[in-house]
Amino acid sequence: MDIPYTTQARPDTGVYNAKVGVWLFLASEVMLFGALFSAYILLRVGALPADWPHGLLNIPIGTFNTAVLITSSVTVVMAWASLKMGRFDRFKIFQTITVLCALAFLGIKTFEYRDKFTHYEVWKTDGSRLTGHIEGKPAFLTLDKLKDAKVEKIHFLPDPHHYAEGRLAARKHDVEHKAVEIPVSDIKRLSAFVPAHSTYFAIYFTLTGLHALHVLGGAIVIAYLLGPGSRMWFTEPERFINRVETSGLFWHFVDLVWIFLFPVLYLL
Amino acid sequence: MSLKAFHVVFITASSLLAFAVGVWMLREYRSPEGTTGDLAYGLVSLAVGIGLLLYERYFLRKLKNVSYL
Repeated sequence: MDIPYTTQARPDTGVYNAKVGVWLFLASEVMLFGALFSAYILLRVGALPADWPHGLLNIPIGTFNTAVLITSSVTVVMAWASLKMGRFDRFKIFQTITVLCALAFLGIKTFEYRDKFTHYEVWKTDGSRLTGHIEGKPAFLTLDKLKDAKVEKIHFLPDPHHYAEGRLAARKHDVEHKAVEIPVSDIKRLSAFVPAHSTYFAIYFTLTGLHALHVLGGAIVIAYLLGPGSRMWFTEPERFINRVETSGLFWHFVDLVWIFLFPVLYLL
Repeated sequence: MSLKAFHVVFITASSLLAFAVGVWMLREYRSPEGTTGDLAYGLVSLAVGIGLLLYERYFLRKLKNVSYL
């Protein structure tokens, strides 16, 4: 049985069926990410300045990841254009670069996540708050875990400034910061920068985690079309070009989401 | 909308982001905490924004025979 309109445009829509399908799918994705962006904005404007972390994300790393994704969008469209010109060899080169860019993005994001899992905030019983690292850089420590392990004190390397002082304060490096010992009995709450830390990190990990899953999904599809799926080029080239185009549309959507995520999460 | 049209939208959005980041970083540079790094970051961002627009023009010329639909 032949599937209709895999290569020819359907008369009523003017495009082949897979393109209609991918745009319907992307419309649902807009609603998903739109809802999360709205949630972020409402949480952001409703938060007290002292409770909304500033300057905790690494802007150069975020910028580099943005450049990686823009590059991958250029290569994915070049791969599609190469097929349209009948250059299968160039398609392979460009799609390989796209997959490598996707893997680089995910690798850098993993590094960023790991950095957050070993970065802590301490709420002391005297009301003061400190952010910094615990000696040995353990991940996911909590006050309950310290008490269960019968730890009496922690060696803490505080950051020069707390995020509650504002975004620009984090850029001053005139304050000496050296390790301090904090008795566990003086700690009211201890949390790494994980979703449970605050509303900010909850929405940060939700948005970036969901986006990273989309990057992974897109990379798997592109890798399939580069590998075993590319056999279709030799039997049904038009249909294969359309498959590459629809995967490219999804990839562009994923990259466009990041173009909005980067300034919202890293800069504002 | 074809991949060509979506790519044009994406590159336009990316260049707008680059210009916005460039202006943002130049404003940071002019603040009391501004550093030379902010100036370099801002100028590079503006250059990337211009580069993306030039690329967009090249892309549109190269694929002028491909449909936007």
